[in-house]
Amino acid sequence: MNQKRWLTVLGFVLLVSMLLVAGCGQQAAPDASTDAPEEDTAEETQEAVSIMIAGSDSEVNLVTRMAEEYMKVNPNVSIAVTGGGSGVGITALIDGTIDIANSSRPMKDEEMEALKTNSGLDTCAVRFAVDGVAVVVNENNPVTSLTVDQIGAIYRGEITNWSEVGGEDLAITLYGRQSTSGTYVFFMEKVVQADYSPEMRNMPGTSDIVESVTGDAGGIGYAAIGYATKEGIKALEVAADASSEAFTPVVLENVTSGDYPLTRPLYQYSAGEPSEALLDFYLYEVSEAGQAIVLEEGFYPITAADIDFNKAALE
Amino acid sequence: LHSLTEKIMKAFFLVSGLAIILFLGGILFTLLSNSIPALNEIGIGPFFAPDVWRPGAFGEPTYSINNFILGTFMVTFGALAFAVPLGIAAAAYLSEIASPWERELFKPIVEVLAGIPSVVLGFIGLVVLGPIIAKIFNLPNGINALNGAILVGIMALPTIITLAEDAITAVPKEYRHASLALGGTRWQTIWKVTVPAAFSGITAASMLGMGRAIGETMTVLMVTGNMIARPSSFFDSVRTLSANIAIDIGDVAYQSIHFHAIFFVGLVLFMITFVVNLLADILINRNPEVNK
Repeated sequence: MNQKRWLTVLGFVLLVSMLLVAGCGQQAAPDASTDAPEEDTAEETQEAVSIMIAGSDSEVNLVTRMAEEYMKVNPNVSIAVTGGGSGVGITALIDGTIDIANSSRPMKDEEMEALKTNSGLDTCAVRFAVDGVAVVVNENNPVTSLTVDQIGAIYRGEITNWSEVGGEDLAITLYGRQSTSGTYVFFMEKVVQADYSPEMRNMPGTSDIVESVTGDAGGIGYAAIGYATKEGIKALEVAADASSEAFTPVVLENVTSGDYPLTRPLYQYSAGEPSEALLDFYLYEVSEAGQAIVLEEGFYPITAADIDFNKAALE
Repeated sequence: LHSLTEKIMKAFFLVSGLAIILFLGGILFTLLSNSIPALNEIGIGPFFAPDVWRPGAFGEPTYSINNFILGTFMVTFGALAFAVPLGIAAAAYLSEIASPWERELFKPIVEVLAGIPSVVLGFIGLVVLGPIIAKIFNLPNGINALNGAILVGIMALPTIITLAEDAITAVPKEYRHASLALGGTRWQTIWKVTVPAAFSGITAASMLGMGRAIGETMTVLMVTGNMIARPSSFFDSVRTLSANIAIDIGDVAYQSIHFHAIFFVGLVLFMITFVVNLLADILINRNPEVNK
């Protein structure tokens, strides 16, 4: 009994000391950060900068890679990238908890208004890569191409068997993302144009879709092109309508030319005029070095139209 | 001096106890007050109407959670269906059969099982258990209620084993001695005497395991597919109440109807776990001389 009581007291003491340490840590942080960059002479900006990025699951691997490469050249900058979905990023940007929101869909007007009311700042948008949303099926599925209409009908639940679109007699399992996902919204507006079938599996991440379709002979899913070249799945060729040619998203020209119907730019949003640090990171992303990373990660470089679009933010 | 320390400690424990009540009250108040705007706007009926949950619908939003309640119960009872027999058997083994060194070996293992992060179990469910289920039952995929139930059952096992073992150990020695003296075998003693004598404690253990299972989120979110339609069997995808909260909370606009509707889902979940825990508590107290 006595021992038990001491354990309780000890536990409490530990808890309190942990809280105290956490509190001290927060106070100590600014000191540490002003000390650190003194040794670094490479950059004109000596102050340590931290950039918080969150949002799109389609973009998270690409932006993490960008941030890693950028931090190698700019050791005074620390960038943290997390996923969660475009909606999560945009909500966090509106709440002011992050600096940049990754989004694979354009920000909605009401979201921009919410940012304006919350912070008084306008939205700054940058397109830093191009994506062709791939419609993926199991690699053993004999179907190689579909029209946008057919894919829409499949995801509305009107077509439920592969034999209806020239495949085997096999039930279709629908895999999609959750409402937080920019790809979910993009696909719903561009392809489904109605509600998704209630039978659709709502997977938490793109890699979960890829994982599931790999193991499901009758599965169909959608994924950013950077995820679509994994083993076990294949990206379908997609035609805008029954009378047009079908294009595969795994060829750069098909996507950047817009021939592939599910082409979309990948966005980053921040609040107000970008700070020097943000601007520098944006410029790195759209630079030759940044665009080379985009290609390495399986996405496509921005086009002339995107560069025009970026002028507002970057010049 | 001694009595002073005594007084201080007494006050400290009183405050700790009151703080728990305060937290619980605070949580209930937050859930209630945030649900009310949704109830005012939507009414309580549509939440339980034969419809689906579609707050971000292309057309009119709908907020029915009846499929999620069904999904929650499917995963929970599915989990209990195998975790309870397994847990009781393991507990009987630990307290009645295992030699001291076996007990020393197995008890920490059970505790380690309780410490596995749910996201790790979820991943295992997705890439290992899913394909196995698909193969055994000849299904296109293993993203279904059964997968979630098995994983949640594994997560509830440590709770059930630990508490059931306490209950069985607490059965007075005389019971066993009497049974053995009458010529009962060991199996008969365990099965007909000890376990029934610890019945209320074992039931309470199962109920607490159930409380653990109902609220489990991450694992279920990863392996059950989360479809919004009404599931037709254990081989179908389901979405649980907790998974629905986790899915929607990420991008919901602050103070919107959808936001308040999520709080109502939380309130329903809270009510369910509250009732389960209350029942467990009543059962623990019903048979005090065995569960001392």
